Amino acid sequence: MASMDVSEPPPTPRIDVRGLTIAYDGIPAVVNVDLQLQAGSICGLVGMNGAGKSTLFKALTGFVAPSRGQLRLDGLPVAEAQRRQLVAYVPQSDQVDWQFPIRVWDVVMMGRYGRMNLLRWPSRHDCQLVRQALERVDLVDLRDRQIGALSGGQRKRAFLARALAQQAGVLLLDEPFTGVDIRTERLIIELLLEQRNQGATVLIATHDLDAIPSFCDRVVLINRTVLAYGETAAVFTQDNLLRTFGAAPTASA
Amino acid sequence: MTSPLSVLPAGLLAMLLEPLQQGFLQRALGVGLLVAVVCAVLSCFMTLKGWALMGDAVSHAVLPGVVLAYALGLPFALGAFVFGVGSVGVIGWIRQRSRVKEDTVIGVVFTGFFALGLVLISKLRSGVDLGHILFGNLLGISDGDLLQTALIALAVLSVLLLRRRDLLLFCFDPAHARSIGLPTGRLHYLLLTLLSLTTVAALQTVGIILVVAMLVTPGATAYLLTDRFDRMTLLAVASAVLSVLVGVWLSYWLDASTAGCIVLSQTLLFLLVLLLAPRHGLLARHRQLPLPLDAPPQRS
Repeated sequence: MASMDVSEPPPTPRIDVRGLTIAYDGIPAVVNVDLQLQAGSICGLVGMNGAGKSTLFKALTGFVAPSRGQLRLDGLPVAEAQRRQLVAYVPQSDQVDWQFPIRVWDVVMMGRYGRMNLLRWPSRHDCQLVRQALERVDLVDLRDRQIGALSGGQRKRAFLARALAQQAGVLLLDEPFTGVDIRTERLIIELLLEQRNQGATVLIATHDLDAIPSFCDRVVLINRTVLAYGETAAVFTQDNLLRTFGAAPTASA
Repeated sequence: MTSPLSVLPAGLLAMLLEPLQQGFLQRALGVGLLVAVVCAVLSCFMTLKGWALMGDAVSHAVLPGVVLAYALGLPFALGAFVFGVGSVGVIGWIRQRSRVKEDTVIGVVFTGFFALGLVLISKLRSGVDLGHILFGNLLGISDGDLLQTALIALAVLSVLLLRRRDLLLFCFDPAHARSIGLPTGRLHYLLLTLLSLTTVAALQTVGIILVVAMLVTPGATAYLLTDRFDRMTLLAVASAVLSVLVGVWLSYWLDASTAGCIVLSQTLLFLLVLLLAPRHGLLARHRQLPLPLDAPPQRS
């Protein structure tokens, strides 16, 4: 079994989770989770619904506090890392109000807010980065559309552009492949590889097991605690998946 | 000199302008318009955040605060503010510690606060006119109240306009707001504080019962008309201002409740927009409705 990787004496890990337990009303959602991720890597987070993926994301975005254990990003507490714009979060599609009266451009600009003054007046530099991010995800022509007027794949790309505009070192993506076409899926993967090569750390929760070996350097399998964690080839085995899902998963998600 | 109004028949013009010659009505109109503008801007955030019920709760919960403030000789804004924010604190506290759903908790708490206010009024004999608090007293507003309302309204409006981008992000995507280090907890309480203060300002105009209309309807009307937030804000303000003008005018000629006429104008405007809005109106939607795929056309 590949559990924690101790082969390389690591510098400060980008994402450093130690003995993390989170309980809601005394009922533990995740127990004793350990996870260290270095700069320049992509890690797939795999588990059944209710296995604690969302809880882990909530902890990494500061929405729930650890009941026990600790959680550091670039060696900093989560709140401090967030203040320094180290974390970009791409939410699940069902967490967004698509009727909201806001344009694609404004959504992406929100990625820059943390670096602006209190009134959030965008500088020329901010506008440039937003434009570049939109170009990268191929949405420049749709920048004045209301966010809900986009297709599923385009919506996902808009939120990805927001994360790019933020220029954060840690990218957290919650189910980015749900409801997107194959073209968008390829574009997202290509983008994540690009970000990794520039030194970003990517944690991606996904049900798309087919895609994982093609771009994830590492995989963490969880079911309320870490069942296996390590390099994809070592961890992503039929046996481990069987333990994660309780039965052989149908490979196509 | 020809004004654009000169094309109107003289009789109609006189009918339009006559109310404005009354001093008390000019003042009422001034306060009403100021309050309408503040409420309209705030209502955009309320409707987008889904806080209509919260507005209802806070507006009712300020009653004991207003009564106590009068009894103690303090500014009524202070009492209203303490109890408005306090009620929300109580709601949040119960919600986090019990299995009772939020809308139920809101229902229990705000009626409790409101009832406390009724009891206080009947026992304290503070000189508070319940009718004025419940239904507004736009026509009998005093200079002191006028000044207080104006100050509150301008303060709230400035904060809303200056911080609108953060507040908008907070409404749209609190998870992102937090992940870039914005103080979402403080934004939450900022919005609540603005809500309480606005309630106090609006109390004089339409009273506790109908305040929620001012805090919801203009935003809802504007939401049906546009997909851009800045335009939504302008349209909300325009619809609220129009409603106050029409409402005050109607109440003069019908000799009917001013607050009632203002809110009724808002409601009618909303219904009109609901029906006729270019893209999100019922008629437009009806025209756009695609044929259901699973129901093939009937053949005889």
